[in-house]
Amino acid sequence: MAVEDCEPKGQVKLLGTSQSPFVVRVRIALALKGIHYEYIEENLQNKSPLMLQSNPVHKKIPVLLHNGKPVCESMIIVQYIEETWSSKAPNLVPKDPYDRAIARFWVAFVDDKVGPCIRGIFMGRGDEQQKAVEELVANFLWLEEALRTSGKAYFGGDEIGLVDIALGSRSQWIKILEKVTNIVLIEPEKMPLLRAWMERFLEADGVKQVLPDEAKMLEFASAIRARFAAAPAGN
Amino acid sequence: MEGCGEDGQVKLLGVAYSSFVVRVRIALALKGIHYELIEEDIYNNKSELLLQSNPVHKKIPVLIHNGKPICESMIIVQYIEEAWGSKAPFLMPKDPYDRAIARFWAAFVDDKLTQSIWGVFMGEGEEQVKAVEESVANLLLLEETLSGKAYFGGDEIGLVDIALGGLLVGVQMIQKVTHTVLIDTQKMPLLSAWAHNFCMADGMKEVLPDAAKLFELMSERKAKLTSPPAKIG
Repeated sequence: MAVEDCEPKGQVKLLGTSQSPFVVRVRIALALKGIHYEYIEENLQNKSPLMLQSNPVHKKIPVLLHNGKPVCESMIIVQYIEETWSSKAPNLVPKDPYDRAIARFWVAFVDDKVGPCIRGIFMGRGDEQQKAVEELVANFLWLEEALRTSGKAYFGGDEIGLVDIALGSRSQWIKILEKVTNIVLIEPEKMPLLRAWMERFLEADGVKQVLPDEAKMLEFASAIRARFAAAPAGN
Repeated sequence: MEGCGEDGQVKLLGVAYSSFVVRVRIALALKGIHYELIEEDIYNNKSELLLQSNPVHKKIPVLIHNGKPICESMIIVQYIEEAWGSKAPFLMPKDPYDRAIARFWAAFVDDKLTQSIWGVFMGEGEEQVKAVEESVANLLLLEETLSGKAYFGGDEIGLVDIALGGLLVGVQMIQKVTHTVLIDTQKMPLLSAWAHNFCMADGMKEVLPDAAKLFELMSERKAKLTSPPAKIG
């Protein structure tokens, strides 16, 4: 379907799974930019030839296919979307090189520090889990301070940007984690800005339409946790 | 300091033998940017400046440009490219797709390769054998990506070259200290040639770590890892 536009369009496909926060990141970026795409749900137990061809190195989703050319790794895809559709508002990446470096720093922080803690809390038990909780709370305090420094509604300023997408995409998981483990990770008294930011993000246009169904996610999360938290079977 | 206007004041907090610091030094050298290197005592006595500039991680390298700190080696390299955007050579391709590919492989070097190579250094026995296999597999993927180009960046050094090039001397010394072969000239002819050309490129000699010194440091560290536990009392 050829559409004459002054924007580079072409054919956009997204390979993903409905529960993945990494896929959500890409869907948010595409939604914010108003880009039409075909979404292809992958079965990770039975990866499609397209997925294996498009991401032979990691064999993971999300993969964005733009005019047949694959782009992998969620935050790399988000930056690609920004750069390819750069004249389309909103701008997801700051213009100033220093502000960009700061944004990239926090994105890396979310993926290198926050991510593993979330996993640690989810999969862990007892002391190990407690340690992960303490670390995650400490990490969130840094993010609270970053928000305080920005003084704006989002990490990106007045609009959603790179860091908001990186962290925000994990919001549902963070909330689910709190429910499933009965631990408050973002205490409103200690981290009022972060808590407010999260609610704002989840309700934002472009985000709320692409979030996975919360009930399904809770079910999915509970099932995984049951598998990990259960005592070893007697076989 | 009035440089060519764009430069301003540039400081780099680091240690000469760190692969991550070397990456930044490579980028600064390629762009011909003057800077002050401030050697940190990272094990015993981190400076106030370092702790203030990188309060989150307290790690080097940190680039301080006109008093503003930037952290994380590959983020610093991209910052250098963007802040000195009109100064050749260009460390990033212009086309968004090519940029995505460059970022992909830079991330691969950081997330997969450094981890597996570190495993070779830290590991013993079975664990080390596994880490060697993993490292070789990762390096073979890079060999494949290089196919027919002088550099990962094309005709000139780019992001991926810097990501990997910064680690080169470290990898070579790890091979020596652990008696393993990771960059095999027969299995990886392109990567071997690339490594040689990279080290010989203009300006590289001054910023790559001293191999002999690095070997000494690594041997010491490895010995500490494998030596028996300290005496009681």
